[in-house]
Amino acid sequence: MFDVLIIGGGVIGCSVAKYLSEYQLKIGLLEKASDVCELTSKANSGIVHSGIDAHPGSLKATLNLQGNQMMESFCKELDVPFIRNGSLILCFEESDYPDLLRLYDQGVKNEVPGIKILNQEELLQLEPNLNPHVYAGILAPSGGIVDPFKLTLMQAEVASTNGVSFFLQTTVFYIQKKQDYFQVETSKGVFQAKLIVNAAGIYADEFNNQVSNHILKIIPRKGEYCLFDKQVGSLVKHTIFQLPTPLGKGVVVTPTTDGNLLLGPTAYDILDKEDISTTVEGLKFVVEKGKKTIKEVPMSFVITAFAGLRATEANGDFILGESQDVPNFFNAAGMESPGLSAAPAIGVYLGNQITTKLRAKKKDHFVTRNKSVVDFDKLSLTEKARYIENDHDFGQIVCRCELVTLAQIKEAIHRPLGATTIDGIKRRTRAGSGRCQGGFCSPRILDILSKELHKDPKEIAKSSEQSTYLVGLDKELL
Amino acid sequence: MRNVDVCIIGGGPAGLAAALSARKEGIENILILERETFLGGILNQCIHNGFGLHTFKEELTGPEYAARYVQMVEEASIPVLLDTMVIDISKDKVVTAISPQAGLIQIQAISIVLAMGCRERPRGALNIPGFRPSGIYSAGTAQRYVNIEGFLPGKEVVILGSGDIGLIMARRMTLEGAHVLMVCEILPFSGGLKRNIVQCLDDFNIPLRLSHTITKIHGKYRVEGVTVQQVSLDKTPIAGTEEFVACDTILLSVGLIPENELSRKAGLKIHTTTQGPLVNDRFETSIPGVFACGNVLHVHDLVDWVSQEAEFAGQFAAQFVKLGSQISRLLPIVCGYGIRYTVPTTLCIDSMKTLTTVRFRVTDVFKDYYLDVFVGQVRVSHQKKRIVAPGEMESILFKKHWLDSKTEDEEITILLQKE
Repeated sequence: MFDVLIIGGGVIGCSVAKYLSEYQLKIGLLEKASDVCELTSKANSGIVHSGIDAHPGSLKATLNLQGNQMMESFCKELDVPFIRNGSLILCFEESDYPDLLRLYDQGVKNEVPGIKILNQEELLQLEPNLNPHVYAGILAPSGGIVDPFKLTLMQAEVASTNGVSFFLQTTVFYIQKKQDYFQVETSKGVFQAKLIVNAAGIYADEFNNQVSNHILKIIPRKGEYCLFDKQVGSLVKHTIFQLPTPLGKGVVVTPTTDGNLLLGPTAYDILDKEDISTTVEGLKFVVEKGKKTIKEVPMSFVITAFAGLRATEANGDFILGESQDVPNFFNAAGMESPGLSAAPAIGVYLGNQITTKLRAKKKDHFVTRNKSVVDFDKLSLTEKARYIENDHDFGQIVCRCELVTLAQIKEAIHRPLGATTIDGIKRRTRAGSGRCQGGFCSPRILDILSKELHKDPKEIAKSSEQSTYLVGLDKELL
Repeated sequence: MRNVDVCIIGGGPAGLAAALSARKEGIENILILERETFLGGILNQCIHNGFGLHTFKEELTGPEYAARYVQMVEEASIPVLLDTMVIDISKDKVVTAISPQAGLIQIQAISIVLAMGCRERPRGALNIPGFRPSGIYSAGTAQRYVNIEGFLPGKEVVILGSGDIGLIMARRMTLEGAHVLMVCEILPFSGGLKRNIVQCLDDFNIPLRLSHTITKIHGKYRVEGVTVQQVSLDKTPIAGTEEFVACDTILLSVGLIPENELSRKAGLKIHTTTQGPLVNDRFETSIPGVFACGNVLHVHDLVDWVSQEAEFAGQFAAQFVKLGSQISRLLPIVCGYGIRYTVPTTLCIDSMKTLTTVRFRVTDVFKDYYLDVFVGQVRVSHQKKRIVAPGEMESILFKKHWLDSKTEDEEITILLQKE
């Protein structure tokens, strides 16, 4: 019997797990994918929003602001890349200016620090590659960017180190409320827990509706993105939005913490919760909208496109806390934007409620800090030399585009909650996320994974078990 | 810091030929840096035949062609550092490299020859919509799995792009037991060599679908199929021609890009079309003493031309060590009608060789055209070309005397004309 079972290994589930792992609780986390950070948490803009556009007084507004304030020290403790690069919200017509002012007023109401209105000249001075026809904009200096993979992974690792049991490739089928506990049927057997945290992203409504009469309805809202080579990563310095639409914050042009340029997302509601495919129309839309923000979209530098699904709940706000009719069933549902920005604050917000409810006591010993796999590329020459001297595997480059070494790949495999897949390696080290997109390094990483994990190369997968690469030996099928 | 006269970045066919010719020019202190644990570069995984017809007057496989050069380099006792990856080249020609054994090393060179080769364009560069499952490989990655590691990466295969590696892999996958359903080419003609279309597709009854492309990838985990669609001349998919083709594997042979991250870091000027460094007739880049040859300069169809080009680059690199820069007045070569790019892009009026090979590619398929060369307003060459195509690299022997009494304010134009 677990004290707490968390359903979902995304950024929210992992934030809650990290917070609770400091307490004397028996905690399990169930994740259907082969790794944490596999769904919405891996396919988003990686933006830490300033909090301007959340509705004043909403949970989104409060927790976004808190998350934003916490992010810097939180990321420092966990060794997660975070840059407070500031964000801009642009309007292009005089007729849109009143809407921009309204947004500014809302920002003031939300107590977003340091925001100001900039005119065309000031904007172009700040960002010379903007569309010269920009009319005006809001600068929000507290806006930032974060590595969404690391934000999830590093929290998960801390939780795991503090004793949280992670059950990967464990699909939850059904949750049943018993007398004073929950019974959870999964693909890996039956689990029991006193308390459930439903952080199942786009599936959070299904689990809620299995136990509660307060029905939730989550609609997957697809967002498609184009990612560009680091060569054009410094085209803009700020995260640049256009005036928001009812469906979302519109298409963003932003640098990433790794130095790439990112354009996206689209925002349209779909029916299929599994549909993370990109579309011709979507990618075209992103590029068209991007062209409005910046002078020129450097199409010859696109390295990949991807899509993610936001978990949009009909009421428009986060649904956080204990279910009204099911004691000890805690929801973290409707985690669309600004879910990533708010994640550290949500961990505290929900974690607090849960530890109070369970009257949990802090452990005597637990860790709060984490250290990421070293980024060899960013080391100075002297440091590089020292690293290779101490471990020859640092002298062996596996991913040429991102300069990732054998030592880093091996470490990514052998860390707590280590990588078991090609995508897992990519999110932990960036191997394969450069301009050749794994063309060169993926056979090598497959080989390293197979050796380090003592697995048949044919079993090594991209992400889920079914996504393997090799079908047999040469001539085996003849 | 180690001092080297000629430092060669890359031990593939270009680097090896450059090293040998620098040695022939009398340079003793040469160093080849190779990131793999063996010399020969990508030739080692090109186990098919068709190499060396021009260089050795016989047909060799890739590894055989490489082995001949490796042997010559060994016989000449040219120093090589294997398993050594260059991570930086500075403007003042300091080369920084790392290796597991030697750690971090720095080399001060007088001449540098860039011979890093090229890499394949990935799916992302094409923005093909759909899911991102496993089962999508660049043709070269699949070639590595099959030819080096002994694994078959798929059973039912659709190949996108009819570049030479794609064609070669269509045959290889078939021979190794996979079923190649088709090769789709977005252009109305193939970018590969004619002989490869005959020997790799026709001989195995593999259909080549010209003016067709993949417009969607299906399958959430592993590829389950593709939507193949006909395209118009401007490459726009034509509605109503969508066809679902079930397959578990997609091979992409959609172009090669010279690998010039180091060149960019060093601040070399890069050609916007070839994505290789801009060079003059001595294969010298925008930094005096830094030379480039082979696929890092522009993508070749035949390794024989790589070797030939590299031999010159090595020779010029050696001369730079002995004599310093030889470059004075440069005339630009302008691409006229039908010419996509030329290598080199400038010729030195004073120091160019009596005969200099100018290589180029054309923009389209042209039948019965004349290849004309103008210096200023004067036509200096007029050659009939029965057929030229983008897939086959062309060349012209440029005569030094064409530039006699010319000045720097003139330019050279190469173009195709009907008459």
